[in-house]
Amino acid sequence: MTRSLLSAADLDRDEATALLDAAVRMHAVQSREVKKLPPLRGRTIVNLFFEDSTRTRSSFEIAGKWLSADVINVSAKGSSVSKGESLRDTALTVAAMGVDLLVVRHGSSGAVQRVASWVACPVVNAGDGTHEHPTQALLDAYTLRGRLGELADRHVAIVGDIAHSRVARSNVLLLQTLGARVTLVAPPTLLPAGVGGWPCETDWDLDATLSGKAHGDVDAVMMLRVQRERMTGGYFPTEREYAAGYGLSPQRLDLLDEDVPVLHPGPMNRGLEISSAAADGPRSVVLEQVQAGVAVRMAVLYRMLAGAAEGAA
Amino acid sequence: MTGSLRAQSDPAHALLSAADVGRTLDRIAHQVIEHTAHTGFDLVLLGIPTRGVPLARRLADRIDRFADVRVPTGSLDVTLFRDDLRMRGVRPLGDTVEPEGGVTGRTVVLVDDVLFSGRTVRAALDALTELGRPRAVQLAVLVDRGHRELPIRADYVGKNLPTSLTQTVRVLLDEIDGTDGVYVTGDRA
Repeated sequence: MTRSLLSAADLDRDEATALLDAAVRMHAVQSREVKKLPPLRGRTIVNLFFEDSTRTRSSFEIAGKWLSADVINVSAKGSSVSKGESLRDTALTVAAMGVDLLVVRHGSSGAVQRVASWVACPVVNAGDGTHEHPTQALLDAYTLRGRLGELADRHVAIVGDIAHSRVARSNVLLLQTLGARVTLVAPPTLLPAGVGGWPCETDWDLDATLSGKAHGDVDAVMMLRVQRERMTGGYFPTEREYAAGYGLSPQRLDLLDEDVPVLHPGPMNRGLEISSAAADGPRSVVLEQVQAGVAVRMAVLYRMLAGAAEGAA
Repeated sequence: MTGSLRAQSDPAHALLSAADVGRTLDRIAHQVIEHTAHTGFDLVLLGIPTRGVPLARRLADRIDRFADVRVPTGSLDVTLFRDDLRMRGVRPLGDTVEPEGGVTGRTVVLVDDVLFSGRTVRAALDALTELGRPRAVQLAVLVDRGHRELPIRADYVGKNLPTSLTQTVRVLLDEIDGTDGVYVTGDRA
């Protein structure tokens, strides 16, 4: 296991597979009466969140607690950050308290990598700006594997606001590591600069992609949230026009086979990128993704913290 | 298979041959029946991965054959409960499968291939409390190689095998290794 988990590219195929396998075992614990396992007893994990989060932070917290670690949440609001403390000082202060692992989210791309370079303990990236969110990619891969089996040679369409999505980048990297094929579908304004260098295909035509005419049959569709809070310019004319061109409407849903799972990392903008028919229909695996989030994060924490420190074994 | 491994697995050097393993399991099954018949066979067999799991299934088949009772089996992964997790690299996890009807109130027979330090069994006792509260817990092993580090003993032993600490005991089972047998490699100190 890598010392820190900053990017989905930190995982090779063996390690990613080992993580997903461990997550299967961790998932079984969720249905038990006693949801507590001992391997991280006496370890301390700090969730250092400089950006709002409900599901990521709470699932890291639950994952840590079910493995018997002590988990402390530090958010920017109500901390010294609001008094003007620098990122470096905050990170070093928290790390100096004898923390075994930091889970960090920050609104700026690259901020988590900076934190990892300053502190001595391992760091997990829980989302940095528009850059990466590796544990989200792992839980998506876990959910896909649960539905599709092995992901080698499977074809996943990722649709929507790619430019502002750390989820998309981490997913492209991890899915390619696992041998799957990815097509990104978005209006040209919402494709990031340099997407030509990513290991995937791109398209502007959602209908042609979903029907399989453009890039071959689609095995899974991942809809991304339109991130209004990160949008500063005019990326598309109106929300109605975006929904018409790139929303997963009931009509588009009919282009897909019955067993094609629809993923969404949440929170969803219903009626914009995803219709309620798609979000609540039988193809939707949105709630499975949330469940998988805890299992995958338990696996990450277990594999990063339970064994001997590297070099000590 | 490497050349040396083939030599180790040569049936001529087996401490227990395939036939011996079969006879030993027959005996253990009879002993389990003898010791648990008075409970009305309210028992479950829990194998400890990897090789305890097929052993538990084989014992259940034999108990079915000898006493005409179908005993539920399951598996109990003890990795997360080990006391040596931090002494080496991270370990992969095995499966925990609760036996039909659970473990609470019943006699649980833990099944493993080799009993050595006793630490795996200690971890298994902890792991078991997460599944419920058995009426009693017993231990069946195919081989007891000695060198206990904890006050633990087996209720059913296939073969007592005095070994030195430098030796390695290998149990091969058809379900996993394609053949049955018990081998000891390495020098006696």
